[in-house]
Amino acid sequence: MIRPLSRPRRKNPLLRTRQPLLPPGGRSRAALGLTAAAALGRFELQACAECNAVQYPPREVCHRCLSGTLRWRPQSGLGELLSETLVQASHDPYFRERLPWRLGLVRLDVGPTLVVHLHGGCAPAPSRVRVGARLDKSGQGVLLAFPLEEVPNMADDPELHEMTCDPRFRKALVTDSRTPLGQAMVRALIDAGADLVWAAHAEPWKQAPGFADLLALPQVAPVPLDVTESRSVKEAAAEIGGKVDILINTAEVHRAHGIASRSGIESARAEMDVNYFGLLRLAQEFGPVMRARGADGVASATAWVNILSIYALANFPPHGTFSASKAAALSLSQCLRAEMRPGGIRVINAFPGPIDDEWNQTLPPPKLAPAALAKAVIQALKDGIEDVYPGDVAEEWLARYRESPKTLERELSP
Amino acid sequence: MSDDAPKAAQRMAAPASSLASLAADLASGAVRVIDLSQTLSPRFPQIVLPPEFGQCWPFRIEEISRYDERGAAWYWNNFSCGEHTGTHFDAPIHWVSGRDLPRNATDTLPVEHLIGPACVIDCSREAARDPDFLLTAEHIRRFEAEHGRIPPRAWVLMRTDWSKRTDPAAYQNYDATGQHTPGPALDAVRFLIEERDVIGFGTESIGTDAGQGYHLKPPYPCHYYMHGAGRYGLQCLANLDLLPPQGAIIFCAPLKIENGSGSPIRALALVPHGGSNHG
Repeated sequence: MIRPLSRPRRKNPLLRTRQPLLPPGGRSRAALGLTAAAALGRFELQACAECNAVQYPPREVCHRCLSGTLRWRPQSGLGELLSETLVQASHDPYFRERLPWRLGLVRLDVGPTLVVHLHGGCAPAPSRVRVGARLDKSGQGVLLAFPLEEVPNMADDPELHEMTCDPRFRKALVTDSRTPLGQAMVRALIDAGADLVWAAHAEPWKQAPGFADLLALPQVAPVPLDVTESRSVKEAAAEIGGKVDILINTAEVHRAHGIASRSGIESARAEMDVNYFGLLRLAQEFGPVMRARGADGVASATAWVNILSIYALANFPPHGTFSASKAAALSLSQCLRAEMRPGGIRVINAFPGPIDDEWNQTLPPPKLAPAALAKAVIQALKDGIEDVYPGDVAEEWLARYRESPKTLERELSP
Repeated sequence: MSDDAPKAAQRMAAPASSLASLAADLASGAVRVIDLSQTLSPRFPQIVLPPEFGQCWPFRIEEISRYDERGAAWYWNNFSCGEHTGTHFDAPIHWVSGRDLPRNATDTLPVEHLIGPACVIDCSREAARDPDFLLTAEHIRRFEAEHGRIPPRAWVLMRTDWSKRTDPAAYQNYDATGQHTPGPALDAVRFLIEERDVIGFGTESIGTDAGQGYHLKPPYPCHYYMHGAGRYGLQCLANLDLLPPQGAIIFCAPLKIENGSGSPIRALALVPHGGSNHG
């Protein structure tokens, strides 16, 4: 029985805001494979290429045959809960504040026995469970055992809630809410239970179809914000930064140019100014205050989402300058992720393939609908994953990229 | 001092006396200085072209240091903007019709063109009624009947009170068919050039042409004919309501940008005290 999350009471302004703490974050290089998979929402364990043994914890060699040829393989996670422990005391500052904490011992059907965080919906041992990997507050992969069947208030389990960025009861900022994607993002946040969504908009004289209707929604508040202007970003952060729990950076300039198809650098500079420097300006102003609120109750600051592009991984020459600006943003987001980690704030990057918008008008389908991208971002928040590749195109290109970056480069530039 | 100095002083004697009287008038307040410029601010709107075209930068400003670790005892900024941002000057080279004229750019144009008499035609009532108001040659003739003929080599400024629209959306005044701001009609532009030999034309809105000027024949007639005839444009002017219909002198020097098409300016006007008889 999991108690449903209830809307947090208004914050008592006389009480000190609790400072963020992190669970232990040290990992061996081998163990980071678990984190890398969890960042994509996958549960993978090392499997020996010689004898097929699956092992945990991760090591440099196979525990059975000592082969060094180990591959990370996706796992179903099915297994048997052997026993459980309800931790009532801990010397670790992070867990001390979150006691009691349920731990379990699970023997996977594929062999290894694991110590796992235990979801409140799991029946007492012995019982069947499914182990999954999640990122914890320190951004490291950890194991969590779930019940096989959905239980009521599944997402509200306190241990799971620590590892996700559920928009419910939270306040979100969408940094450009005028575009079809921005509008879809605002609506998706509301559908996911966000209490308040700030719909940011620049250049008030430009009317965007649908924006007035968006502002009529009771959960939506407009906020002027131009990511190309430092003072505008500073003012918006001063005004609402202390209340933003989820920031979704949808601000983007996209022009369909390579190097030779457009003379001069002005359109490329406009892309960099929004896609790269815009992110930097937002991160400098909103980052510190969000980081300070990483443990501010059940509706703490929790996530920063960047809408990047699959072209951040490999350049698509017809949109070559756009690709470069997204690659720059990807690199900066990794810096942001490192700097937000002490606050337990998750930085999520979305890598969509072509979005079905005006700047991809001449590209053939399949193209990702803005609403589908918004939905994928919400799911990433709920799952607490770091890198989301929404849609078939993005997934396929990711697979190719992981197999061989050079292959993807050549395929995108025939 | 060179040997030529006394002779030079002698040659300057007559103008020196009028400048001396100007200095006295400025000191006494008999001549007032009016600021015709909007403040350069990131919030001031800039011209918008369809997104596939190149765009003029809006005004942007970034701190270099402010008595801090980036520079302990000093405050300063870097700013960026286009040649046509804020209150600005258009040189003939700005338009394709003026591209081959001599001395058509901000660094080569004759500086004596940058100080001159201004006639201010009050269209504020018409613009309030109709944002697409076009100033015609007929309107100009009526102005002359009341206030006297426009002298040769004068600036003609179109007062619309558009600069009083402090809300950027109202200032831009876009709808689904584009921008709606007042400007001159084709016959007014040709009249001013061919029959009055003006030095340039100025407005309070973004562009010397009307917001819907693209649909006139030819498109943007003020840009096309003024710059084609080597004349200048001033845009985003303010405080035209403080100028008399005749009798002001304006200063509107652009930055000396090499081969520049224009520049933001600090436009100033000299007016006789109590000289404004508008409104």
